[in-house]
Parts: sequence; structure tokens; C-alpha cells
Amino acid sequence: MQRPVADVVAEAGYDDPPERVGFFTDTSVCIGCKACEVACKEWNALPGDVSGDSWASGAASLSAAPPDALALTGMSYDNTGQLGADSWRHVAFIEQQVPAGHGTALALADDVAESDGTRWLMASDVCKHCTHAACLDVCPTGALVRTEFGTVIVQPDICNGCAYCVSACPFGVIDRREDDGRAWKCTMCYDRLRGGLEPACAKACPTDSIQFGPLDELRAAAAARLDELHEAGEASARLYGEDPDDGIGGAAAFFLLLDEPEVYGLPPDPVVTTRDLAAMWRWAGGAAAMLAAGTVAVFARSRV
Amino acid sequence: MRSWITSWPVYRQLTGGDPLGRGAAVRSPHTDDAAPRTEQADRVVGSVCPYCAVGCGQRVYVSQVNGTDTVTQIEGDPDSPVSRGRLCPKGAASRQLVTHAGRQTKVLYRRPNGSEWESLGLDQAMDMIADRVIKVRQETWQESDQGKQVRRTLGIASLGGATLDNEENYLIKKLWTALGAIQIENQARI
Amino acid sequence: MNADCIVIAGSNMAECHPVAFQWVTEAKRRGATVIHVDPRFTRTSALASKYVPVRAGSDIVFLGALVNHVLSGGHEFRDYVTAYTNAADMLPDEFTDTEDGGGVFSGYDPHTRTYDNSSWQPTGERDLTLTHPRCVFQVLKRHFARYTPDLVERACGIEPRDFAAIADAVVANSGRERTTAWVYAVGWTQHTTGVQHIRTAAILQLLLGNMGRPGGGILALRGHASIQGSTDIPTLFHLLPGYLPMPAADDADLNGYLTRLPDTGFWGNKRAYMVSLLKAWFGDAATTGNDFCFDRLPRITGEHGTYRTVLDMIDGKVKGYFLMGQNPAVGSAGARLQRLAMANLDWLVVRDLTLIESATFWRDGPEIATGELATEQIATEVFFLPAASHVEKDGTFTNTQRMLQWHHKALDPPGDARSELWFMYHLGKKIRARLAGSGITEDAVLDLTWDYPEVGEHADPDASAVLREINGTGPDGRALDGFAQLAADGSTACGCWIYSGCYGGGENQTARRVPWQQQSWVAPQWGWAWPANRRILYNRASADPAGKPWSEKKAYVWWDAEAGSWTGHDVPDFERSKPPGFSPEPGASGPMALGGSDPFIMMHDGKGALFVPSGLVDGPLPAHYEPAESPVGNAVYKQGASPVSELYPEHKMTRDQLAPGPSEPAGLVYPYVLTTYRLTEHHTAGGMSRTLSRLAELQPEMFCEVSPALAAARGLENGGWATIVSARAAIEARVLVTRRIRPLRLPGEGVIHQVGLPYHWGGNGLVTGDSANDLLPFALDPNVFIQESKVATCDIRPGRRPRGAALDVLVAKYRHSAGLPDLPDNRPGGGVS
Repeated sequence: MQRPVADVVAEAGYDDPPERVGFFTDTSVCIGCKACEVACKEWNALPGDVSGDSWASGAASLSAAPPDALALTGMSYDNTGQLGADSWRHVAFIEQQVPAGHGTALALADDVAESDGTRWLMASDVCKHCTHAACLDVCPTGALVRTEFGTVIVQPDICNGCAYCVSACPFGVIDRREDDGRAWKCTMCYDRLRGGLEPACAKACPTDSIQFGPLDELRAAAAARLDELHEAGEASARLYGEDPDDGIGGAAAFFLLLDEPEVYGLPPDPVVTTRDLAAMWRWAGGAAAMLAAGTVAVFARSRV
Repeated sequence: MRSWITSWPVYRQLTGGDPLGRGAAVRSPHTDDAAPRTEQADRVVGSVCPYCAVGCGQRVYVSQVNGTDTVTQIEGDPDSPVSRGRLCPKGAASRQLVTHAGRQTKVLYRRPNGSEWESLGLDQAMDMIADRVIKVRQETWQESDQGKQVRRTLGIASLGGATLDNEENYLIKKLWTALGAIQIENQARI
Repeated sequence: MNADCIVIAGSNMAECHPVAFQWVTEAKRRGATVIHVDPRFTRTSALASKYVPVRAGSDIVFLGALVNHVLSGGHEFRDYVTAYTNAADMLPDEFTDTEDGGGVFSGYDPHTRTYDNSSWQPTGERDLTLTHPRCVFQVLKRHFARYTPDLVERACGIEPRDFAAIADAVVANSGRERTTAWVYAVGWTQHTTGVQHIRTAAILQLLLGNMGRPGGGILALRGHASIQGSTDIPTLFHLLPGYLPMPAADDADLNGYLTRLPDTGFWGNKRAYMVSLLKAWFGDAATTGNDFCFDRLPRITGEHGTYRTVLDMIDGKVKGYFLMGQNPAVGSAGARLQRLAMANLDWLVVRDLTLIESATFWRDGPEIATGELATEQIATEVFFLPAASHVEKDGTFTNTQRMLQWHHKALDPPGDARSELWFMYHLGKKIRARLAGSGITEDAVLDLTWDYPEVGEHADPDASAVLREINGTGPDGRALDGFAQLAADGSTACGCWIYSGCYGGGENQTARRVPWQQQSWVAPQWGWAWPANRRILYNRASADPAGKPWSEKKAYVWWDAEAGSWTGHDVPDFERSKPPGFSPEPGASGPMALGGSDPFIMMHDGKGALFVPSGLVDGPLPAHYEPAESPVGNAVYKQGASPVSELYPEHKMTRDQLAPGPSEPAGLVYPYVLTTYRLTEHHTAGGMSRTLSRLAELQPEMFCEVSPALAAARGLENGGWATIVSARAAIEARVLVTRRIRPLRLPGEGVIHQVGLPYHWGGNGLVTGDSANDLLPFALDPNVFIQESKVATCDIRPGRRPRGAALDVLVAKYRHSAGLPDLPDNRPGGGVS
């Protein structure tokens, strides 16, 4: 149904680009520590960093109640809730009762499930950097852009906050920031990639649950890991977002899950919301006049 | 002028290899300029995470910001055989630990029965503490206990050390012991 | 990680040491079995091959049953046990075991609650057949014979098939070709029987031949950046640097003091270690003529631990208190008593990064809210001095594997913030100047060597000069290369003998950072590990008595007969040229008294101690006692709780601190077990995490974890509030209802519910909440005086706790139901005597 795109990077006009890169998030070794969330916020200087004298000084009371935002959700150990403009990584925690023989055990035959049946799934979610990226398709200003690494980023100096991308994303990843109105999401640490560094989340991840690298290598590693788990009896292990033939042409950020995607809050069969839009963009020449006006306006603002 | 025009996205879109305007043609200056801020650091210093005792390696990046030395990033040291560059959420928050606005940077003083903090100079505070240590030591000095020499004071106690450097613990133990203070304790007992 | 099986018990490694856990996940991926034993199903359990729930405080039964399983099944590594442990030592007739003594060993005096250990001393004979009824091996067999899977089920709530699975995994993964590692943390230590938990694990690992070998051992995961360092260079009352004991009032002189340490093994060089320490501290003032200033050292008389000191503060005996990077108002057990104690000081100095609760208790502590204390009635003078962070000073941390790592100063600290090094050095200078100025000439402080080079704008003492002093110097002033060079004649100085070599060759070895990819898997060129840069202690045991590796797969160090020396992947923990067949001369002392196949070189006999005749005050063998507070009786012995734990029954504040036991009529007032712990997202008392938005938002509120069954029984709702009441206090917490907390069914006792409480919260910071430590008693292990924070009893009820004075009324109501008097208070001029 979807026109296969052999090389989204070349199609985006990059000559001799580097290898397409991505994330392979192996949730079977995620310990839910949230280092990815913190490392991401620290590197990208996401809001929430306390500055000024908002809470502590020698004379101020330190016992004020926490702001409403800082409240326990009651959803296991997840107090982040979802991906958003200020949370580009989100660790989901799913507590399950599972049938005997289907517990946490990945190695022992006589595993804990015999007597317990508790399973605690943890998974770090992130922007999928789709091969067919609806956000990119719908963006009228060119703020969303395919990079030379094949990733999809929002250019904050272009974005005018129209939010078309927010509703277009099949995963609900993109979000507008309350204060500046612009759309924000994971850039796969584009600035770090340009400097030859791996993204902050993947670098921090203690157990290498988040792996970064050339997409081809990640796919091979994921296939091998899946075999390993299947051999160990973890029959429900599966890859998610790795298939280039799926509704988004495969994700550059894909996952190894231990249960159905819905369990993790992921759509089971994501489809690029702009299937028919691609054809429209072939009229790029015709649209150029309109686009130009918008672009110039944005440029003018950004250069002040 | 010409360079401005050639960098104009629509010009690039119509003339380059990105006719759909999704990539090279619509890159913004912010995107073109992107580079890791750590490349701009004035210095990079080898350090160790201050939280638990695993001892993960850290690299501390320092730059001048508004004329002041500022830690702009702390991340894992990939060379460390202990941690191989990885950090937990606390370690990953280390930059905030050392830069956050809640850090108290001035000496504070609360007088007996007082209801508020007052400000106090560091040197004056040090003088006052030195006077108090000497006074308590003299007043509570114990030369012997049940006929046996003990040469000590039970009037001064100290708690802390597990978050401090070995060199600091060494000076704490050395000075307090010479002063005769023996109730010197730290988290290892807690 | 070279382990074939890793048992994590008393530790929540994935949450509390996440980066170290990478090695566990890698070992598991290579085929190792990972077992987690814990009261709660945690993030560690989620990644384990097998998780088994256990009742908090019952670990000795569980471990003892594994010992029994090994001994009764003949699974011990016999060659290792015979050669390397004291299994063959013969015990005297006078020794009687807990099995025959109603739960106490011979030598117990119920009036003083202490043991006389004279009947525990080996006779000096050995039975290498391990068959004599009085040899340690046979005593051990009998001692643990009643620790059966059935007992494990009744005491721990572990089902027999779960126990069998663990026992089989541990046995199958031990021996010549395979090794099992045990990993623990404060889940084992914070008990009235904490030391004996580790002892039981040590017995098991010695029997299985897992000590001193790659992939084996008992790994203590410590919780603070330099908590190992602050034990090695101890800010602890009972020690001097390098585990030399603190002099006691009975130590009349240096000679008398030294008799307290063994003459044989590496402690045999004790005089060199101690004299060198005194030379490092007192320099030229320390001479042979004055016993190297030994009588300058203050003497201890019994216990002076932090909890006793707090009671002394309440009694007005302590006038001044320094807090340096610690927050007892939140982080120490019995937090109310901690705050009452601080309110009774003349002065308090708090050094920290932020205004922690211990700095502001006089203004906004919980006792101000209840009216027990009033700000204007607290006479404590408080100094808050801001501290430097780790990036603002040079120095070393010692990590949990005994490795020193230098961290470089990156920038100056802000404002008035200074390092502890600066503070102690300049305080010392000021004190010395005042003493000298007042005409005093005779004073230990004036005799101190206290002349470190000053560097930078703030005149910081040079940390590398301090490290060099710790390392030690020779007669020529040059840095020593190791403790073997220390002399007993005063010609060498060394601030901590076990650290000698960290500045070897005049270079700061702790600052070495050769990338791991560029060296062997042992990575000896990263930092420096004590002693002598050894990465695995007692590694001589990785080879058989003849010096050959037990197996090629597990080769680590071995004897090279051609070269006439020990060699291998690591620095051998043995005298380099002592051959395996070496036999000591009768009457030899020091290391020369140990044979060529005695790997445990710090022990007087070079043997691993299955039986500990001296050094432990609560028995030579581990025995299960219930926690100080427990909802169940002791399933093993008539004696319920530890007969010798430190409970301070003589003090008014602690006399009636404990809830009644299960056999007493009011025993059901506090029917549930509470256990306290950390979360990945926070650090200890919260001063370094609740103050940071990045961490605070991840775990924003104090909560309790309860099972669905307990929630139903007590009307608790997920996300709602609960009040937890102990015999000391009542706190509130949000409720997480989770199947990860499983009620335990104990045959004969019924269902035991456990309540989980992270202890990170207090009144200050970005996120605030009640402190779990308010609930805990002063109940300590008698060997090391660590508190029992892993288990106590409580009730839990829906809703928030009362505010103001009504909170104390609630606590009192419970106490009355339990037959306890009102909590004594400590109001200035008032209170209960």
C-alpha cells in the first residue's frame, strides 16, 4: 500500500550522507531507572531545570507544598506519564499478573512464575523517526526536516506552532510547549550526531537497553536478540517498528517488546496518517509560492 | 546577497536534490549550526560520580558563561572499566546537582532561641566555631575515667564522611582525634 | 563478571546500583543464573532469572538452610575446605552450641546481656579428616541441622520448591569449574543480627570454595561515593586508619595496645603500621622516647556510636555537633530523637550543599508542628556553612570494590562554599593559633603535622599532599611504594597503611585513567585498589594448595615454579616468592608464620573462618533471632530476639521504644512488618535528589507499597493516602497498591503482610513528605552498632495523619492499646525522667 522508499535520506536531497542511524530499545534488559529521561533533559536543556530563586534561599520557606505537577500518578513507578514537549524519553512501567511459566524468567525453566506470576515490564519510549513521517509531510513551514542521518527533527527557528504535526503523528509523540507554542520532540540529539557523539539517552543507559547505531546493524542485533529470547522460551518477545514494510515504512527507533504493543501504550499497527499526502507534495513547484511567503516571513523573524 | 538567496529554502528546493522540501532544502541556520556544546568547552575534567559507591567515571565540561566558569555538561566517561560511560538518573543529573539554584552559597547563622537566619561572614564564622571548639573542649575535658587515662572530650561530636573524599576524612579524623573528640561517626554505621 | 550464578539478596542492585547492574545483565546474557531474594519484587527482580520473596529479617534461616543443604548433601568443595578454612580446628568440651543452650552459646550472662568467649577458643589440635565430633566442621553440621527447607517455609515464607531451586542452582554453579557470587547491601546489614547475615554467607561461600576466585565472593554494594573510604580512613569512633583499633582506656601504652592485634599473618607487622601512623600525625614530636606520642591519643570506653551519642545529646553531655554531608533529621533511625537531640545542643555546625532538614529543624521540624518543640525555646546556635561539590575540589573516592579514584577540580566553588578539606585545615590552623597564643605548649593539637601547601585563591590545602601523607614517606621523604616498606622504628610515616602505594613511585596512582579497552579485563591501570592494587582479595585461594589453578577456566593467580614467584591476571594477594609448599618455623611471627597454602593472610592462621572464636560479641556461629520488633515468634529457638542486641533499655527515651512481641496480649496493635529502602530516582535522605527538579519529578511524593490483600483489609486505595503508625511515630504516605508486594503465608503463623517505605523524604526541597525513619527504633547490631532499619512493626490505616498536637495523640492512643506508657518528651525543663 505504501510506496517503498529505498532511501529517505537521498530523497531528501543529501548527497553522500552518512549511514542512516537509529535506536534499538531492547526492553528485556530495561531496569526502568529513567537515566534516559534525565540524560535527555540535561543534554537538551529541556524546561524544568530550576533556576533563579524559585524555591530556596536562606530566608525563604523550604517547606512549601510541591507544585501540582509534581504529584504521584499512582501508575506504578511512572510519574512522567507520556512523551511530551518537555519529555522526549518516557519509561513506561507495566505491572502484570501472568500465567505460570511466563514470569520474569528468561533463563530458568522452573521460573518464578510457578509460584508468583508477577511480571514488571519497563520500556523507554521515544520518537520513532519514521521512514514515512506524517509530521514531516504535514508541516507547512518546513520546520520538520529529514536530516542527513535519516532522522526527523523540528527546527525551532522555523516552527510557527501550527501543530499540524501534533495531530498527524500516529504515536502521539509530538507536543506543543505551553509557553512558546512551538512543537518539540526528540532530535536523536542531532547536535551530538553532528559531532560524532551518540545520543545522550543511549550513552547513559546502564544496561544498554537503548542501543544507538547504524540502522542496518541495529536490525541485525535485534534479530539475534529476538532469537536468543525465543530460544530461552520467551515466546511473546517480538520486534516493533523494525519492519520496513509496516505502515510507517519502518521506524528508525524500534523496539524489542515482551508483550503486545498495546500493553506498552503503543499502537499495534501504526499507519502514516498522510498516506495520500505524498502525492500532493509532488506539486511542490505549485506550492512553492505559498511556501515561500511563509518561509520568508519566518526567516525574517528568526534573523532579528 | 547571492549567498542569502542560495540559502533561501525555496531556492534550494527548486534547484537542489530535495524537490519535496523535506530535507536539505529546508534546513534552518539553527540546524546547520548544530554541534555538541561540549566541543566548545574550555576544559574537560576527569571526575567520579558523587552518589553511590559504584564509582562511575564522569567527564565534567566547563565553559565561560557570562564571564563565569560554569559546568555545562557532565556525562559518563567511556574509558572507565567500571561504568563504560554509562550513568544512572542521579549520575545523569550531576550537572544540576552542582549548578542548581537551590544550592546555598552563603554562610547562615541562627543565634540561640532565634527565629530567623542571619548572615555571617565566612571568616567570622570560622573564628566563632574555633572559639566554641576550644571552649567546649576545655570545659568537658576528661583526663581520666575510673582511674584510667582517657584524655578526651565527650562534648564534641561529628557525623559525616561517606560523601566526602578520603583526604577530607583523613583531616577530620586527624584533627578531631588530636583534639580528643572520639564521637566521630559517619554513614557507614547507618 | 565471571560468575556462573549470581544471588542478589539484601540488595536491590538494579535500583540502587544501576550502572553496576550492567555486569549482571551481561553475565545473564552469557548464561549465568541470576536469583533475587527480597521482601519486595523490585526492578532487580524484574530482570532476574528467578525471584523469591522472603520475610524481612529471616535471612539467617534461609542462608543457614543453604549451609545445611551443602553439608548434609556432601556438596562442599572438600579440598578447598580442608586446606583453606578452619574446618579442622578442634573446639573444647566447654563449648556449647545454641542447639543445646536454648538459643544461646556458652558464656552468656543474662544480666549484662554479654558473652564471655573463653569457651569458644580452639584447642590448637586439628582433625584433617573433619570427622571428630568437636572439630569445627562437625560442630557446623550439627548447628545447622535444624535449618531445613521446612523451617525456611515457616520462618521465611519461602516455598520448599523455590528453596530447592536456589539450593540446586548454587550447588550446581560452585566447585572447580564454576563459581557463584553473592551480592548484598544494607538489606543484610541493617539488622540487629546484621553481621551474622554476612557471616552465614561467608560460611556458605567458604564451604563451596567461592572465596578469592573470579566470579565468586561476597560483594558488598555500598551506597555512598566514599563510604568505603570513610571506613578505611575511618570517621568512625572505634577505628584508626587502616582498621587499627581506636585505643581504649585499658591500653596503657603502645606495647599493651598492640597485643590486641594478632602476632601472625599480615597483622604481625602491626607495630610498623601504628608507629608510621603516629609519625604521620605527630611528626618530629613522635619519638621512641615518648612511645611515638601514643598517649596523645584519646581513649574510648566502650561504645560511642552515633545513636548513643544522640542519647548523650538528649542528656546534655554533648555540647557541639558537626554535620558534614549528613542529614540525621531525615536519614537516621528514630529521626524524632535525632531532632530532639539537636535541639538540646549548645551549637551545631551544618556543612552541606543545601539547607537540609538538619539545618532547619529549629524552624520547621515536625516537632514544631506538633508543639513538642517551640523555635524560641530551642537554644541551639546553628552555623550553616555551604560545602563544595565533587567538581569543585580535588580528591579521591574509594568505591565499593576498594578502588580509589581521583576526581579533579573543575572550577572554584561558588560564594562561601568550601571543601571539607579547606574547612578542617583552616579550622585546625585557627585552633592551633589560639592554643599557641594562649601560652599552652603541651597539647596534641600543637604536636600535629599541619602544614599542607596552600593553593588557589581560597588557600585550599593541596589534596595531593594529603594523599601523599596517607600513602606514606620514607626516611628520605620520598613516597613509599607499599606497606611492605613500613618500619617500626619511626623512620617511616604513613597515614593509612592499607593505602600505602597509592602514591607509589611518587605518582598519584589513583588518577590513572588508562581506557579499559587498552588493558586486560582486570583493568589494573585504572585508579588504584587497596591493598597493593589488588582487585580480588585473598586471590591465592584461586589456586589449589600446590599453586595450580583449580581449573583453567577459573585461573586467576598461580605459582610459577620456574620463576619462583606467584603470578597471574591480578596482583597476587600473597608474598610473591613464598612457595606453595612453604612450612613456617615453629614460633615464627608476622607473615612468616603462615604457610604457602594459607591464603587468608589477614587471619592469624591464614584460614577462612567457618567458626569465629573471637571478634564477634553475638556468637561464633550465626543463629537466627527475630528482629527487635516482629509479629512472629522465633521458629528456631526459645530465645526470641538477639540476646545481645543494643537497645539502650537504660535510657528514658528508649526504655519503652519497642512494640510488644507476638506472645504478649497486646501484640497485635502493630501487626504488620515495615521495611525501608531507596529508589533509583533518589539518594538517601534526599539532600542531593529532592533538591533537583530532574530527580524530584521522577518520584515526587512519599509513598508506601502494599499488597492488594492488605489494601482490601485496611481500606487503602491506590493513589490515596495512608497513615503508618509505629510505637515511635506516625507518618503519612501516598498508597501504591501492587502485586509486587506479596503476603507471605507462614505455616503456623498465618499470613504476614509487609509494608514498603522508601525513606528519602523530609520537609525541605522541591518535593517533600514524611520521613520513614521517624518510625524506627534505636535497635542495633551489637558488633558494629548499625541500626535495624529493614524491619519493624506497624499498623497502617487509610487517610492522612492528624495535624498539630493531634498527631501525638494518635501515637499515644496506639501506645496505650499496646500497654506502653506515653512517649517521653524532652521539652527544655520538662519531660519524663
